[in-house]
Amino acid sequence: MAKKESSFINMALTLFIVALVASTALGYVYELTKEPIRLAKEKKVKDAIKSVLPQFDSLGTKYLVLPSDEKDSLIFYPAYSASGQLIGTAIQTYSNKGFSGYIGIMVGITPDGKVSNYSVLEHKETPGLGTKMKDWFKNPEKPKSSVLGRNPSNDNLTVSKDGGDIDAITAATISSRAFLDAINRAYNTLQDKEGGKNE
Amino acid sequence: MSKLSIFSKGFFKENAVFTLLLGLCPTLGTTTSAINGLAMGLATTFVLVMSNIVVSLVKNLIPDKVRIPSFIVIIATFVTLVELLMQAFVPDLFEVLGLFIPLIVVNCIILGRAEAFASKNTVGDSALDGLGMGLGFAMALTILGGVREILGSGSLFGIHYMQGDGMLVFVLSPGAFLVLGYLIAFINRLKKA
Repeated sequence: MAKKESSFINMALTLFIVALVASTALGYVYELTKEPIRLAKEKKVKDAIKSVLPQFDSLGTKYLVLPSDEKDSLIFYPAYSASGQLIGTAIQTYSNKGFSGYIGIMVGITPDGKVSNYSVLEHKETPGLGTKMKDWFKNPEKPKSSVLGRNPSNDNLTVSKDGGDIDAITAATISSRAFLDAINRAYNTLQDKEGGKNE
Repeated sequence: MSKLSIFSKGFFKENAVFTLLLGLCPTLGTTTSAINGLAMGLATTFVLVMSNIVVSLVKNLIPDKVRIPSFIVIIATFVTLVELLMQAFVPDLFEVLGLFIPLIVVNCIILGRAEAFASKNTVGDSALDGLGMGLGFAMALTILGGVREILGSGSLFGIHYMQGDGMLVFVLSPGAFLVLGYLIAFINRLKKA
């Protein structure tokens, strides 16, 4: 078959058909993958909640609270035992002070104000340095760098370089500061909200 | 050219990374570990094979003057398909590679093979060419990622062989250039011998 001539009508028609086929195919696959993508994202959040709180029976409805110092809301997921007792609140918090911007963290805080566990949801920190925050702040062998079981109202959850109680990740102080910034934001927002309730 | 040499040239003689030095942006960016390099290489292979097949199928239907825009639309479509499918079915992998998947569009290997090979050859040969070049690319990325992981993180495919952290510089961008440079020198030496 001879090659088509590059006449105006041929070119316009070809590009039109190519674009039409491409967009049809994309639209179809988008519809096809929409549900699995949503489920995968939901599962990720659920897994994160489960990993940061002690064993719980049911999750209450999530709600949004605006922190005092930033523009985006934190998402709160209260968790209850079978008897309806509050076991803890999983808080989806964040910091914009990371080495490469946004860091999203899920942190669990028990009713007595202690950090039960955390899970890093999203970050763009340097591989090998800032990425260590995934495990660094919950290493049982290094209690000085761990945030687990700490209560931000008693302990100063800032890096030791800034006079705090937490040892920063080696060579990644900025990432460590951002991480603790996110944890403190979650705690403070939770306190503010509860304080507001009592008034 | 025999079928075998169409397939095998991508591994050594015309290896995209080591010989042609094409597609260096994803090469340097994604190879912080062997598994990342392998996954990126395989995703690229998929796009390369599919776009080569489609381009060689439609090569006579597309007027010469609009062939490049048409090829780019075809490639971009497959890349977006890969991105959606990965996001839906392998979210963990997508998390690691997510940022780099859209970059496959501008990977010059793919447009290069569409232009230099698929638009002049039969469907079968084009698919074979795409597979060879793609797997050669994946091999190069896995080796590069493996070396960087061994030196930089003290592990290979996520399995730690020693205590501690290794030499961080190899995980960071300068390490990518260093390792690539030495690998190319090594390959060139092999070729001369």
